[in-house]
Parts: sequence; structure tokens; C-alpha cells
Amino acid sequence: MEKKLPKIEIIEKYCKGCHICVEFCPTKVLEMQGFVAAVKNLEACIKCMQCELRCPDFAIKVITE
Amino acid sequence: MAFDYEKYIRPGKLPHIWCPGCGHGIVMKGLIRAMDSLKLDMAQTAIVSGIGCASRLPGYMDCCTLHTAHGRAAAFATGVKLAKPEMNVILVGGDGDGTAIGGNHFIHACRRNIDMTYIILNNKIYGMTGGQFSPTTPTGAKASTTPYGNPDPCFDIAKLAIGAGATFVARGTSFHANQIDKLIAEAIQHKGFSVVEIMDDCPTTYGRRNKFKSVIEMMNHLKEIAVPVKAAEKMTAEQLQGKVLTGVLYKDETKTEYTAEYAKVIERAKAAK
Repeated sequence: MEKKLPKIEIIEKYCKGCHICVEFCPTKVLEMQGFVAAVKNLEACIKCMQCELRCPDFAIKVITE
Repeated sequence: MAFDYEKYIRPGKLPHIWCPGCGHGIVMKGLIRAMDSLKLDMAQTAIVSGIGCASRLPGYMDCCTLHTAHGRAAAFATGVKLAKPEMNVILVGGDGDGTAIGGNHFIHACRRNIDMTYIILNNKIYGMTGGQFSPTTPTGAKASTTPYGNPDPCFDIAKLAIGAGATFVARGTSFHANQIDKLIAEAIQHKGFSVVEIMDDCPTTYGRRNKFKSVIEMMNHLKEIAVPVKAAEKMTAEQLQGKVLTGVLYKDETKTEYTAEYAKVIERAKAAK
């Protein structure tokens, strides 16, 4: 069965580049692109929502079905 | 589904003023989740704060808010609660605002046991004014006013609150983000003065002076020092050296609440006429 991937929305205007989401993602889905976080490997996402929970800047939303 | 935080935030207020990596945003999210889980009526909820980084929090929240003089959050909030006892009153402030400038208001609010929730974001420093040491800066830590190390012993806010008479005291950290909303929700539900201390990180003014290379290192430090209350029962005093207890530290439901007691005074005064 094909894995259903979530949609990770990063609001660049809110992101301050603190690296928290990148470091605390257990499957290394995110990376820093310049000063803001960006999705590098969506396939690896296990929908643990750690990035959304920990982002201090309200910049990440993990949209699942 | 992603949690809709923006429902509780005043439109156009984001991005907030806090520095990159500051834990205050994490605590604000915890507070929003707690308010959402309790289905609090925004028109019947007041968030009161003093001055400081943490005290900027009410400005972003879309409910009744009051941004008051430095350290005077407890005084103004007492007024709100006495005038409108049906309202949920939540105070938010930092360690300097709550235990130094507003220390007296804080202990007397604890003593009165008035039904409010005080969330103290303890980042161990005065962040907004440039990193001066606060009453919770650990002994030996460096601040802009103690470049050779802080000689003062520090306050344990939770113990101070218990000693002063608060009836619900809990502690969390900004690393343990999923625990924050549960602690705050339990504190709001408690009838009486409840204190929730959140150990926070200040990478800008505390971290860089105290050899924390990054926000992640500060977060991991919070993870290392936190010990849940239940786990601490099995640990020796030596093992607990330098650790902080997290979870619900104290709960007393026997003490009478202040607004209920004050209503009786009003009744007595009316009867005496």
C-alpha cells in the first residue's frame, strides 16, 4: 500500500532559523536553506509532529488527512 | 490534522518579538493547547502580565488581556478576579518580573489563595533589558552584571510558592513541550492559586554567556536536568544534585479560596446594615 504523505507547511515569514525543528526531527526530514527551515526528504516523515510541537515561532504545520 | 493556533492569536500579530530559539513561543503554544482542551470561553478569560519578554505573551492572545506595570501582574489580576469572580484569570510573567520586582505581590497572591493561574517562564535572567542577573540565576552563572560569576544563591520558585501558601504548584520545561499543556490545564482547573513554573531557555542573553553553543544545547541541558517527581522518589540526594523536579509538585484542595471567602464578607457586611 502506498504510504500517505503529510503536507509540511513552513511559513517563511515566521521562521527565525533557530534549528529546533531540524535537530529534533527523528527522521531528518527538514534542513536549513539559508536562514529558514525547508523540507528536504518528505518521504521519511513519520508524522510524529515534533517539529510542529516544538517550533517556537508558529512557523510549521504538519497537515495530515 | 495540524493544530490551529492562529484561532487564538490576534490577527496580524505574528511573527512575535522573541529571539530565535526562545522557549517562550513553545510555552505560548502549550497555553493555547491547554485553553483549547478546556474549551475556555475567550470572552471570559483574562491573561494578565507585567513587563518583560515573557510578559509580551498576552499581546498576541485573542482574549481579554491586561499588560500592566513591572511586577504588578498579581495585583491587577487580583482586582480582575475580585470584580469578576466568574472569569478565568491567567497570569504570565518572567522570573525577574515575578520573583524580584513583583516578588512581594507574588507571595501575597500565594498566601491569599485566590483562584488564578500564574505561569512563570523562568529563563534565569533579565532577557529584555540586556541580561542582568535575576533572583533565579544559578550561583556562579555569568550575566552582564556578574561577568565573574553570580555570587548569590538562587530562588527555587516552586518551593517559594509552596512556602508562601499556593495550593497547586507544578514545574515543566520548554523541552518537554507536550507536558506543558497538561500542567497548565490542570492548574487552570484547580480552584485556588496555582503556580506553573516553566524552565525556559534564553539563548541570546543567558546561553551565549554561559558556554551554551546553540539553542539545541540549551534544550538538551533542560532535558538532562529535568527529573519527573515519581522518578525522583527512587533517587538519592546525591543523584538529585543539580536536577530540577518536574510534574505536579504540590496540590492542596482543603484551603478555602479567596473570592468565596470575600463573598462571605460582603454577605456579613450587608447583614450588619
